[in-house]
This record gives sequence, structure tokens and C-alpha cells, in this order.
Amino acid sequence: MTSWLMALMAFAVFFLGYRYYSRFLAERLFQLSPDYRTPARRYEDSVDFVPTNKFILWGHHFTSVAGAAPIIGPAIAMIWGWGPALAWVLIGTVFMAGIHDFGTLWASVRNRGQSVGMIARNVISPRALMLFLLIIFFLLLMVNAVFAVAIGTLFSSFPESVLPYWLQIPIAITIGFLVYRRNWHILVPSLVGLVALLFLVYAGTLAPLGLPEQMGGYSSTAWWVLIMLGYGAIASRLPVWLLLQPRDFINSHLLFICLALVYLGVFVGTPEIVAPMYNTAVPDDAPPLLPLLFVTIACGAISGFHGLVSSGTSSKQLAHETDARFVGYLGSTGEGLLAVAAILATGAGFATVGEWNEHYGSWAQASSQGIAAFVEGAGNHVNNLGIPVEVATTFMSMMVVAFAATTLDTSMRLQRFILGEIGRQYRMPALGNINFATVLVFLSCAALAFFADPSNPGAGGMVLWPLFGTTNQLTAGLSLLVLTLILWHLKRPVIYSLVPFLFVGAMTIWSMIINIGSYLRDGNMLLVVIGGFIFVLNIWLILEGVNAVRQKRDPSEMLDMNND
Amino acid sequence: MIRQGLQRLFSFYDEMYQAPYRRIERRAQRRKDDLFRLMVLSESLGVPNPAAFYTLELVPFMLEDFHDWHQRMGMEHSPLEGFRCC
Repeated sequence: MTSWLMALMAFAVFFLGYRYYSRFLAERLFQLSPDYRTPARRYEDSVDFVPTNKFILWGHHFTSVAGAAPIIGPAIAMIWGWGPALAWVLIGTVFMAGIHDFGTLWASVRNRGQSVGMIARNVISPRALMLFLLIIFFLLLMVNAVFAVAIGTLFSSFPESVLPYWLQIPIAITIGFLVYRRNWHILVPSLVGLVALLFLVYAGTLAPLGLPEQMGGYSSTAWWVLIMLGYGAIASRLPVWLLLQPRDFINSHLLFICLALVYLGVFVGTPEIVAPMYNTAVPDDAPPLLPLLFVTIACGAISGFHGLVSSGTSSKQLAHETDARFVGYLGSTGEGLLAVAAILATGAGFATVGEWNEHYGSWAQASSQGIAAFVEGAGNHVNNLGIPVEVATTFMSMMVVAFAATTLDTSMRLQRFILGEIGRQYRMPALGNINFATVLVFLSCAALAFFADPSNPGAGGMVLWPLFGTTNQLTAGLSLLVLTLILWHLKRPVIYSLVPFLFVGAMTIWSMIINIGSYLRDGNMLLVVIGGFIFVLNIWLILEGVNAVRQKRDPSEMLDMNND
Repeated sequence: MIRQGLQRLFSFYDEMYQAPYRRIERRAQRRKDDLFRLMVLSESLGVPNPAAFYTLELVPFMLEDFHDWHQRMGMEHSPLEGFRCC
């Protein structure tokens, strides 16, 4: 199969999904009303609730949900062949992620803009909120550890990306300073910053900066992991306007440039897909495709993190309820496009099967080198546009690192807030202390990254990926459960959210059992304990949901269903 | 025409930049303002303020959104005896 045909097919499927399925959901299931006064209009306060143009909100939603995860997941899942990965991304995005993102946005809008955790408290039980917070805490813990390891791997494999990545920070700080202290419009500084960054990408290819392979008994990747977690801890203490916001803004440009370059490269170069459609020679150490495919690709097909964004910020800025379809459904479709780009890069970015096999010779190799396969493959596609391959791969690796580092910064902040919330609930005021919480977050993430794979401390943290994917999917399943309960009480068809919930729930529970079994066999008690704890939390939350059905708690009483 | 187009582009970009972080920034700003308001009004609230003589002239500027402030602080009615806003 040629790559351009695959790209075209993906565009067509996503277009049809948005055109027909999302319209069906909007009209029949959620019954969106143009007359409904959204929380953004009803409670407008210029702080939390601000009616926002739907294109801007879509951009915000899309760039919040699309990052490094929809690249890493499909890049690893290619070990089973491109067919299963592509099928799951297309079906997952159209029939699961769409309703998940769109549905949580709608439910939040009809619930005074409350977060999905708070809605779970209303719909299921007050305990559900605390269980939800704990699951999210572990999700963030794994995000930090895994992304720090992914960055470490990329810095070790592509030392050319070190210079542009670190110099992006002063560029971002300058932009933040000009906008907030000098009241400049953002357009000119951000475009100048972007051009400077692209120049630095070129400079990076001339001056690769790597650490020695071994220092103090640890690999360079392990040292990068420590450096990145330290950076994340410091960055998370800075005001958002100074670094996080301007860098996130530059990253959103990089995201659109990356998508445009990869797809253009595919259409211009029309390379053949060298990866097998269905890999019949899967390495012995690889877990079974069923169910692990469905958690290895979490972001890119369906991800619980999206529900947090939908109900956390997007719902409070939605100007018209009818915009929910565009923002929620199309936002998830955008992430699907990024996942397909990752499949195209890792499937068609190599000249021969032998080159492809270098990255997918074993599960451990696919886990640690999948992301490098994306960078190399995407670089080769971009090379079709006449851009030197070294510059293209440096751009791609710097971009993935920048995405992952921004996520690291954000999730370390979030983890600190959740610790504070847990501290308030259980009367542990120390957890609310910002310095103590930051140190605790840093130490817990570093411990997880270093002890997740004791045979390869620091660098072996990608072993966490299936556990991270499982936890992410569990969160998505729980949001779908809340959505199903709401629809059930409103006497609307539940099958469209119930089937994704049952599928995601079954696959994640099955995967978690396999994961825990594999950690037990390896004698990795740390991951057994973490996996077991998350598993128990999840089962508990589902039982709370069943109990809510039995008690006939009626969430429609808490929802605002008046259309005026 | 060109100027209008540029103006629209500028505001679109500014909004793209502000929208994701508006909530965090304005909350942080509000916290700072609340603290400042508390310092200015502290004498009226019964907390001795050695700088009261200097902050007195700032009180009129604090009254515009005073109602929102005391409600946000969990006080249903105005805590100031001489000033009834609700």
C-alpha cells in the first residue's frame, strides 16, 4: 500500500465521521440547542467563564490534547503492524474519542461548567470524586516519569536537538516578557521567535550537544531524565506567563508545521509502506496484540485526559452549545490526524524492512526506540520536500521534546494541586505547602523513572508505557460511564456511549491483569503495587457506578436541561 | 482595508494566546488584588494598620468591585459599618 493512499483514506474517514456521526450525536443524542445559555454566557466573569470564538477554542482544545503521547503510542504499536494500529486509530477516533470529548464537553456545559470529577460526584457518589482524583494523580505520576524518559531517549539519540530545545526557553521567556511587561501584541514576537527557533534547529545540526554515554554508573539517558525532572519542577514554580504560556504557543505552531510537513512529504514523495500490514513475526517478548494494542495507543484513539480538558477549561469558554460539536469532536479528530502521521512516519519512513526492523526487533526496543523511529521516519518524509534530512530529523526530535517538556511542566503543576486537594480532604496541611509538594512530586517521579525497570535505571522507564496507557484509558472509561448514566436518566439512547465504555473498560481491565501478571513474573513489585492500586480504584469506581444505578440517583435533577 | 485585516489578525493571535491561560492569569491577578484590598481596608475591618494614613486615599478606588470581593471572601453582606453595598 502506498502511504498517500493511507493518508487520503484517513482524511476521508475523519471527514465522514465529523460530517455525519458527529451531526447525529449533536442532533439525536445531545440535542444541542442554539438558544441554550452556556455557563460562559450565564456566569460570564472575565476570569473562569468567558465566551470564546469557536475557532480559537478549537485551537486551544486541539493543541491541549495533541502532544507527544499520540506520537509515542502509535510508534510503539507499529510492532504489531500498521493495519491494527491504523484501524484502532480510525475507529477509536470516530466512534469513541469523538463521543468522549464531545460528550464530556456537553455534560459539563449542562452542569454549570463543572469538571468531570465533580460531575462524577453528582452522578455517582461523593466518594467517586476522591477516587477520580487518586487515579488522575497516578496518571500524572506516570506521565511525568514516561515523558522524562522519552525526552532522555531523544536527547541521547539525537544530540542535535539539545541546543534548539534549551534555547527555546530564553526565546519563550523573551516573548512572555514583551507581551506581559511591555504590552506587545503576540503576533510579531511569536513569529520572530518561531523563525529564530527554526534557525536554531539548523544550528543544532552543526553543533550536537550530548552527555558522555556513562557518568557515575548511569547512562546519559538516566542523567537527562534527572535533568528534565529537575527542570520540570523549577518550571512548574514559575508564573505561567513567563515560560509555559509562550512556549506552549510556539509549540502549537510547531504542531501545525509538523502535521503539514509530514502529510506534504507523504503526498510529494509517495513512499511505499515497508512495515508489515500485520506483523506475523512479532518478537517473543512482545505482549499480545489483544488487548495491549488498545492501551498502547491511548491518545490518538481515545484518551481520558481529553475529558479533563473538555470539562476543565473548554466548557467554561463555549459561547454556544452548538459549538460543542466543532470544538469537542473535531478537536479529537485533529489528534487522530497526528496519530496517523505517526503511523505514516514509522511505517513508510524507512527505505527497507531491514531498517524498520532495527527499531522493532524486540518489545523493549520498540518501547524505547519507537519514538526515535518516528523522528527518523518523519524526517525522511520531510526530506521529500527538499529539506536536508539532518535538519528535518532535528526539527522533529526538538518538536517532540518540546511537547513532552510542556506536558511535564503542566502535569507537575497539576500534581501539586491534586496533592493540595488530597491534603485538604485528609487534613495533611504539609501537602498544601508549595515547596514540599514540588519536592515530593519530583522525588516520586524520579523514583518511578529509576525503579520502574531496575535492570536499566532511568533509561528503562518506558516499561511504564502500557501502565500509563491503561490508566489513561480507565479515566476515559469512567468519563464514558458518567456520560452513559446521564443519558440513561434522560431516557436517551445509551448504546453510543455504552458500547465504547464496555469496550474500553473490558480492554483496560484485561490489559491491567496482563500487565500485573507480567510485572509479577519479572519480580517488579513497585509496578505490581502501583498497577494493583489503580486496578482496585477502578473496580471500586465502577462498583460505585453500579450502585448509583441501583439507587436510581437521578443526575438529570442536577443537570440544567432548560433550553432558555 | 489592509489595516483592518491586520487588526483582526493581531486580535485573533492575541486571543489565541490568552484563551488557554486566561483563567490562571486572572485568578492570580485577582488574588494579588484581594490581598492589596485587604491591606487597604484593614483599618476599617478592625485590623490595626500602621500605614492607614497613607492607604486611606486609596479606599475610594477599592469600592468599585467591593461587593464582589466581600461575597468572594464568604461574607454575604458588607463587613464595613459605614459602607453598605448590598
